Amino acid sequence: MAIPLSEAVSVLVRDGDVVALEGFTHLIPHAAGHELIRQGRRDLTLVRMTPDLVYDQLIGMGCARKLVFSWGGNPGVGSLHRLRDAVENGWPRPLELEEHSHAGMAAAYAAGAANLPFGVLRGYRGGDLRGHTRVATVTCPFTGEELAAVPAHRPDVGIVHAQRADRRGNVQLWGILGVQKEVVLASARSLVTVEEIVDELRPVPGATVLPSWTIDAVCVAPRGAHPSYAHGYYDRDNDFYVAWDAISRDRNSFQAWMNENVLSAVAA
Amino acid sequence: MNGYTADEMMAVEAARRIDDGTVCFVGIGLPSVAANLARRTHAPGCVLVYESGTIGAKPEALPLSIGDGELAETADTVVSVPEMFGYWLQGGRIDVGFLGAAQIDRYGNLNSTVIGTYDSPSVRLPGGGGAPEIALSVGDVFVMLRHSKRSFVEQLDFTTSLGDDVRVVVTDLGILEPVDLELTLVAVHPGVDPDAARAATGWELQVASDLRQTEPPTEAELNALRSLRPRTAA
Repeated sequence: MAIPLSEAVSVLVRDGDVVALEGFTHLIPHAAGHELIRQGRRDLTLVRMTPDLVYDQLIGMGCARKLVFSWGGNPGVGSLHRLRDAVENGWPRPLELEEHSHAGMAAAYAAGAANLPFGVLRGYRGGDLRGHTRVATVTCPFTGEELAAVPAHRPDVGIVHAQRADRRGNVQLWGILGVQKEVVLASARSLVTVEEIVDELRPVPGATVLPSWTIDAVCVAPRGAHPSYAHGYYDRDNDFYVAWDAISRDRNSFQAWMNENVLSAVAA
Repeated sequence: MNGYTADEMMAVEAARRIDDGTVCFVGIGLPSVAANLARRTHAPGCVLVYESGTIGAKPEALPLSIGDGELAETADTVVSVPEMFGYWLQGGRIDVGFLGAAQIDRYGNLNSTVIGTYDSPSVRLPGGGGAPEIALSVGDVFVMLRHSKRSFVEQLDFTTSLGDDVRVVVTDLGILEPVDLELTLVAVHPGVDPDAARAATGWELQVASDLRQTEPPTEAELNALRSLRPRTAA
């Protein structure tokens, strides 16, 4: 059964937790991120392949102690100004970084979902990143090839958005799937926001289903991915991604926007 | 034909290097423009792969992000991100990977991570994303980067990806290709003096003895290019 988002966040997410809000451009759980901000969570380690606007907001509001990521920008637009301000100037508080490549993050999530201690890939070769992150070398016992090992992601809480759930809490999602399934299965606790609850999950080409027993809370959050999108429900608000550049560039305009649109808003 | 921008020249020159049937790993920005232009002109069978998991995407408009819905709707198949980087990229199924960067050195190594030191950067850039493994796993790396001393540097501030498989660098001034491992100016765009490229390069740029001039965009190329419009009102 679906519960209110405010209740789910209150029960599942604690200060200091490792929290992963995922969604590769599609189905980014903005509504859940805003609820984390409203409830004033602090000292979070935020994990996400592509921290975009919702992580810029969480970081700018001082919710995060550390960021684990592989690409932190505003897609097609430019920088995340709140992320940059935190890294370059320590505002509103310093932010520790653990940086990976996309391939490394994907392998770490898949390993977490599979209950393995590390993911393995052909990567992190030669560049400077391996001197600044958690990666090691393992030797293939069969061929002798040296491969990169990344520690598995096992977040305390995994949070994703999806198109819909049925009344028993089975969740269905389709379109660009990113690492949605992996983060839910890799996390100790999981929260899924959905556009709607339906009586029956009718099959959709390419869709995947997360059974209710893999999820701790399902919450109805219509347009809960906006300005990201929910395939089949609404389009990506590209204009807002462009507008965010000016809103977030300045600390005062950022805080004014957050006050008006997040802090004074009521949870779904 | 006259009246085209430097970005259009870059897109056209990159597109000309994509063959029909080439499987391209495409990022947003100029690479996406170039790959879509190739698909709309001489290479209708080239396969556009975006790292969001869309394989064989055929967008009508240029996407703003690598995960726009139209990419999924028009794709031959949509796969998860672990599958994309595992089965498809690491699996050796991508011919050409496009990369951009904030900095490049004479060996084609790229920096998209920081300006300044890693622990105390003057500019924190978005980071490598897919680039480190794209540079390792595709057959040929194409780099698209506007020429300036700030970008074409003697020494990278940070090495995000390696230049071993960089085959061409398309700039707004001309074309660089590795000659004995070092990026060398092999062509200039119409009206560009090779000295302008030298002046915009932070190392002593070698110029090929048989320096060529690129062909200006044809009317057909420009028409196809301009019919691709970003999907945003802004």
